[in-house]
Amino acid sequence: MSINKETVKKISKLARISVSDQQASKLEKNLNSILSFVEQLNELNTEKINPISTISNQKLIMRDDVVKVSNQKEDILKNAPEKNSSYYIVPKVVE
Amino acid sequence: MNNLSNLTLVETVEGIKSKKFSPSEVLSSYEERIKRSKKLNCFISETLDQAKKEIKKINIGQNNLALLGAPIAVKDLFCTSNVKTTASSKILENFVPTYESTVTQKLWDQGAILIGKLNCDEFAMGSSNETSYFGNVINPYKDGKETLVPGGSSGGCASAVSANLTVATVGTDTGGSIRQPAAFTGIVGLKPTYGRCSRWGIVAFASSLDQAGPMTKDIKDSALLLEVIAGFDSKDSTSINTNSSFFFKNLSKQIKGLNVGIPKEYRVDNMPKEIDDLWSEGIKILENCGAKIHSISLPHTKYALPTYYIIAPAEASSNLARYDGVRYGHRESGRDLIEMYENTRSRGFGDEVKRRILIGTYVLSSGYYDAYYLKAQKVRNLIKKDFDDSFKKVDVILTPSTPSAAFKFGEKKDDPISMYLNDIFTVTANLAGLPALSLPIKHNSKNLPLSLQLIGRPFDEQTILNVGYAIEQEVKFKRSISDWWM
Repeated sequence: MSINKETVKKISKLARISVSDQQASKLEKNLNSILSFVEQLNELNTEKINPISTISNQKLIMRDDVVKVSNQKEDILKNAPEKNSSYYIVPKVVE
Repeated sequence: MNNLSNLTLVETVEGIKSKKFSPSEVLSSYEERIKRSKKLNCFISETLDQAKKEIKKINIGQNNLALLGAPIAVKDLFCTSNVKTTASSKILENFVPTYESTVTQKLWDQGAILIGKLNCDEFAMGSSNETSYFGNVINPYKDGKETLVPGGSSGGCASAVSANLTVATVGTDTGGSIRQPAAFTGIVGLKPTYGRCSRWGIVAFASSLDQAGPMTKDIKDSALLLEVIAGFDSKDSTSINTNSSFFFKNLSKQIKGLNVGIPKEYRVDNMPKEIDDLWSEGIKILENCGAKIHSISLPHTKYALPTYYIIAPAEASSNLARYDGVRYGHRESGRDLIEMYENTRSRGFGDEVKRRILIGTYVLSSGYYDAYYLKAQKVRNLIKKDFDDSFKKVDVILTPSTPSAAFKFGEKKDDPISMYLNDIFTVTANLAGLPALSLPIKHNSKNLPLSLQLIGRPFDEQTILNVGYAIEQEVKFKRSISDWWM
């Protein structure tokens, strides 16, 4: 499978990264070289193999639900690019 | 005493505890070198002024603290409370965390002092430290007149330890990011078992592969630092609840009768003769130490890198979705919310990061998920099984760390695949979650360090440290750096 410029534009849209026409052409070449590299995996028959998403087989550990002081609003808002009292400000969403 | 920065971590802490020198004297000697080593571009932030205040509070009587008075800079991927943490990205250029990562908190709890944050590849994506928004890190080793890459992604960490700008450090390793730069700069790098150290507070790249680990001047330091940073953390559900281990106290060079595996699939096409010879030397050393050598097979080795370059970008595309210009980090303007997101991410991320996000988005997208991501998860299982089978016969596996010595800037920058091949020997340990150690053996004909890698069973860091210790005693490697940049 190889991807064309249209597909590059489509996945850029999905990833919320704007790309110019020129960048899209370069990305098309880069991404195709990576995809053809990873497609070596098709040499393997994996029909009866289980997929694994992690190496660990530890069950999730439960902990007591205790109130702790963390993530204070004033602290967190210090890193906001734009804010007003206790709110983040973003460009207008609804007309 | 102006040579204090030559000392190892263990020697430094012992010297402080026995009052041979004071923590302030140690700090001054590092400060002086850091100030004269700007050319290497190891540091993104220096916290020396803060460190000078902290060091005055140290109580020398606290003999129970494992890192008492040790000045330590860490990779700028660990969140440090009230100290800027950038992940070497424009998108986090001004991010100041309000909390401390678990691993770094453990360092300070044991008496270490933060002296700065170290440069790395952007979001830890790279093998040469050429993707950092804050510029290239330079290797203290040189090829004649030409400067060399320090490796990546923990390139600032590797150069800083090698050039004596920090007594030791912690890096992170997703596909080789501790071990490959350690090999390029002649230091010891250890990637612990997945789950051995908490990932809490580390800027995430690929969550099922990322692991923090020590980068040090020698094996003893590695054991000591691992002992400090290891342990279950209720804030990281993937950290594993095991008994604590005394890696430093239990360090032993007695490896007689130990079974060492040599995987034939790691003898790759076009392997330089110096790497092949290095491997043979390693085998001979282990035989002389009384270990038994076995030829083993890890048949799916050649599929490890292709598997990694599906899984790691997939996880990265998900992890990096949080950088949206709303809550923290860099923001670009846009006519509406979506355009603001797109402009922020387009200008905030560098090329390699964008490439990986896009690959990850593609392999997870509807219609391609089964062909790429699911396929890779299955092959990952085959790679893990290869190791499970081998570790029934052997206790440890010996391989080269990298397919070559450090290379020049720009050599592989425009060809992602040739850059990715750097991690060919290291990436398997991440996919299988195994502990792996890189240690320097010798210098090649150009006076560049060459290293071997030891891979161990899950949670058996002790064995690879012990084997590393035995090899270290035999080869007596000494870094050979001229301070040419000063």
